[in-house]
Amino acid sequence: MKTLSIAVVGSGGAGALTTGNLLLEAAARLGCYGIQTRSVGPQIRGGEAAAMVRLSDEPIDCISDRFDIMLAMDWNNVHRFAPEILLDENSLIIGDPAEGEVPPALTRSNPQRREVAIGALAKQVRKGRANMIALGVIAEVIGLPDAAVIAVLEKQLGKKGEEALLSSLDAITAGRAAAAGIEPRRLPVNGSAGTAKWIITGNHAAGLGAIRGGIKFVAAYPITPATEVLEWISKALSRTGGTLVQAEDELASINMILGASFGGQPSLTATSGPGLSLMVESLGLAVSAEVPIVVIDVMRGGPSTGIPTIAEQSDLNIAVYGLHGDAPHLVLAPNSVTDCVATTQWSVFLAEALQTPAVVLSDQYLGQARCIIDAPQTLPLRGERLLATDAGGERYQRYAVTESGVSPMAIPGLPGCQHTADGLEHNPIGTPSSTAADHQTQLDKRQRKLTQFDFGDRWADIEGDGELAIITWGSVTGAVREALGRLRAEGGGGIRLVSIRLLTPVQPERFAGALAGVKRVLLIEQSHSAQFRHFLAAHYRLPEDIEILNRAGPLLFRAGEVYDRIKSWSGV
Amino acid sequence: MSQTAEAAAPVTLTPNDYKSNIKPIWCPGCGDYSVLLEITKALAALALRPENVAIVSGIGCSSRFPAYSNCYGFHGVHGRALPVATGLKIARPDLTVLCTGGDGDGFSIGGNHFLHACRRNVDLTYIVMDNQVYGMTKGQASPTTDPDWDHVLMPGGTGTRAFQPLVIALASGANFVARAFSGDPAMTTDIIIEAIRHPGFSFVQILSPCVTFRPDQREWRNFVRQAPVPETNDPSRAARRIMSDDGFNLGILYRGDRPPYRISRKAEFEEVTAIGKEFLV
Ligand SMILES: Cc1ncc(C[n+]2csc(CCOP(=O)(O)OP(=O)(O)O)c2C)c(N)n1
Ligand code: SF4
Repeated sequence: MKTLSIAVVGSGGAGALTTGNLLLEAAARLGCYGIQTRSVGPQIRGGEAAAMVRLSDEPIDCISDRFDIMLAMDWNNVHRFAPEILLDENSLIIGDPAEGEVPPALTRSNPQRREVAIGALAKQVRKGRANMIALGVIAEVIGLPDAAVIAVLEKQLGKKGEEALLSSLDAITAGRAAAAGIEPRRLPVNGSAGTAKWIITGNHAAGLGAIRGGIKFVAAYPITPATEVLEWISKALSRTGGTLVQAEDELASINMILGASFGGQPSLTATSGPGLSLMVESLGLAVSAEVPIVVIDVMRGGPSTGIPTIAEQSDLNIAVYGLHGDAPHLVLAPNSVTDCVATTQWSVFLAEALQTPAVVLSDQYLGQARCIIDAPQTLPLRGERLLATDAGGERYQRYAVTESGVSPMAIPGLPGCQHTADGLEHNPIGTPSSTAADHQTQLDKRQRKLTQFDFGDRWADIEGDGELAIITWGSVTGAVREALGRLRAEGGGGIRLVSIRLLTPVQPERFAGALAGVKRVLLIEQSHSAQFRHFLAAHYRLPEDIEILNRAGPLLFRAGEVYDRIKSWSGV
Repeated sequence: MSQTAEAAAPVTLTPNDYKSNIKPIWCPGCGDYSVLLEITKALAALALRPENVAIVSGIGCSSRFPAYSNCYGFHGVHGRALPVATGLKIARPDLTVLCTGGDGDGFSIGGNHFLHACRRNVDLTYIVMDNQVYGMTKGQASPTTDPDWDHVLMPGGTGTRAFQPLVIALASGANFVARAFSGDPAMTTDIIIEAIRHPGFSFVQILSPCVTFRPDQREWRNFVRQAPVPETNDPSRAARRIMSDDGFNLGILYRGDRPPYRISRKAEFEEVTAIGKEFLV
C-alpha cells in the first residue's frame, strides 16, 4: 500500500480546511482512496484549523502515523496540533518566512524545511488567497495535475463564477511556480482513475443507510458530533416523502419517533452520549411496547459533556446495559465509514423485523471523517414489519405469543385491531397485568425474538486464521486492519481479525466458531475502563491468554502503533 | 379499509363503541370516570371511527386512559405523552390524536413538552385531568397544588406558587384554551368536541377531583361556574381574564386562528435509489 499524508494548517479564516477539501476531491478524481480529518481550536468559529489528508492506492480507514508534508500558512497556535501531526526526518515542513520561526514543537523530530512566501504571493495575485497559493504549492510537490484541480474548483465555485475561478487559478499557478525547486512527494496513484469514487463522511453514510433501510420519520435535537446525520437526512427525507421534526430535547425526540413508529413509519433519531443518557427510559418503553426505532449514537468523549469533538468507544456500557429491567434490544456498530451505510441500513431492517429498538454506535471519528471510498454496495435490506391485516374474527392480540416471538402489529387506521401499546407489563392483548405468568411470558417472548433470529454472517467481520486473534469493534477496526495488512505484506500472517458488528444480542455459537483454534487474544478498544473487554468477558468464552490495548480518546489508534503492539505481542 | 370491516361497523356510533371492556383501576368517585364518559360522548358526537382515533398518555391515574378506550392507544412513560402524540400526528395527519393525562405528568415531569407543544401548534387535543395532586403515587403536591397544602412529603406544604396552566398555554401559543369540570358532563363534552374540531393545539384543563387524596375537592361542584364572559380570540384579553379569575371559571376561554404546524411532505417523491448521487466524485 502506498500512501501520502498532507497536513494544511492556518489560523482562522486562512482557509486551511478548504485547501484540504479540494486536495481530497482532486485526488479522488485521479483514483486515490483517502481519508480527511480535521482538527480545530476550541473557538466556535475562526480559530486555528488543521486539515489532515491521507491518500492511498488502496481503501483506508485509518489516519496516518506520520505526515509527508505539513504546510502552514502561519504558525499561530499551530503547536497545538503537534501531537496529531507527527513528523519525522523524512517529513517536509513548508512555511512562510514572513510568519516567523517554525515552532520548536514541530522541529524536534528534525523534519526537512522549505520556505514559500505564501502571504506575499497571495498579495501579488488579484483577489489572491493564501490557501489557493498553498493548494498550488502542494499540487506541484505531489504532482497533482491542473485538470483535476480545475475540475474540483469549477464544481466548488460553481455559482461564484468565472472571476473567482480565474483568481484561484492564478494563485495556484503562482504557488506551483514558487514550489518548483522543492523535491517531489508523489501521489500514490499514477492518474488512471479506475472506477468512480465517492467522497462521504460516516455521518452522511449513516444517513444514507437509514434512507436505504426505509426510514420515513426523524426527530432531531442537535448535538456534536451527530448533527450532520440529522441535517443531511432532513433534505433526503424531503426528497423521499418523509418528515423531520426538530424536538425540544432528546426526551422528546425519542418519544416523537416512538409515536411516528406506532403510526407505522420506520423512525430514527441521532444523538451523542448526553442525548443517549436522556433517552434510555424510553428505549425501555420501545422494548416493552415493541415499537421499532433506531437511535444512532455518534460517540464522543464522556462522561457528562466530556469532550464533544473527539471519538471514544465509551458508550458501549450505556447502550448495552443502560436500560432498567430485563430489556433485550439491538446494539450494532459500523466498523468503517463505508460500513456506516450498511450497518445503519441493517439496523433499520432488524429493528423493523424484530419490533424492538436498535442502537447504532458510531463515533466522532467515523462520523466526521471524509473518506474517498468505492461506491457502497446496495443491499436488499429494507425495513418491513410483520403487520396485522385483520383480527380474523378473534379478539386482536397485539402481543400474541408466537414461536418467533414477533407478533403481527396493527397500525392505527386498521379497523377491529384497536389496542394500546403499553410500557406497563401486559398480557397478550395488551391489557396491563402484574401477574407472574404474564410477566414471564412476555419477557420470554421479547427475548425469544432476538435469540431465535438468524443474524447470519453480518454479525462480525472475520478475516484471516491462525492461533492468534485480535478482537475489536467499531472505528478502531480501521487501524487494526491496516496493521495486519502491513504484517501480511511482510510475510507475517497467521493472525485473525474479529471485528464485532452485532454487539447485542450476543452470538455465543458464532463467536465460538470465529475463535475456533485460537490460543491467544489481543483486544483493542478506545475506552479508558476497557468496556469492551468486560462485555466480552461477561458473554463469551475467551482463551486464558488475553492482552488488551485500550485507552481513552482523543488520541486515536493509528496503524503504526497497533502494528508495533501486535508485533511485540505475537512475536511474528 | 376492508369490505368486511366496513360492513361490520355500526351505522351510528354510541359512546359505548369507544369504551373497552377493561375495568378502570380508579377509586370509586374519581372524577376521571366522568371524563372517560365525556370523551367517549364527544367522539361519538363527532362520529369519528374508533380505529381512526389514537389516545396517547404518560403515567398516572388519569394516564391509564388509553386502555379504557376502544381507540388505538399508546401508554408511554411518565411525562412524555405529548412528544409521542406529536410524532404520531406528524407521521399520520389522517388520525385524530388525543393526549390525556394528569397535572403531574403534564406540567411537572412533562412541563417542557407542554410549552413546546403549545408553541408548535400541531393539530392535537390535550386533555389534562387536573386534580392538583399526584394520585398514582398516593398524594404528593403537584405543580397546580396550593403552596400550603399539607402532606407527608412536605409537611406544611411546598411553599411553592401554583402553576397556571391556562395562561402558560396561552403565552406559549396554544390555539384553543378551555377549562371544564368533570362533574358537568354536558359542558365538558361540548368543550371536548370543540377542542377536537379546532385546528392546531387545543388544551383543555378538566378539573377532575381526586376523592382519595383530595377529598376537599368534592366541594368543587359548589365553586365552579360558567365563565361570566364569552370566549375571545384576543390572547391578551384571555390572559387577563384567566389570571384574575379564581380557577373555577369554566368554558372556552380562548379560540385562536394561528395556522397549525405545517406538515410538509411531498406528494411526489424520488426513489430511494436516487439518493446519494451527490457523493459521487
Ligand atoms: C420517571 C418516573 N418518575 C416517577 C414516576 C412515579 N409516578 C407515577 S405517576 C406519578 C404522578 C402522577 O400524577 P398526575 O400526573 O397528576 O396523575 P394522577 O395520578 O393524579 O392522575 C408519578 C410521580 C414514574 N412512573 N416515572
Ligand atoms: S387516587 Fe385519586 S386520581 Fe387516582 S384513581 Fe383514586 S381518586 Fe382518582
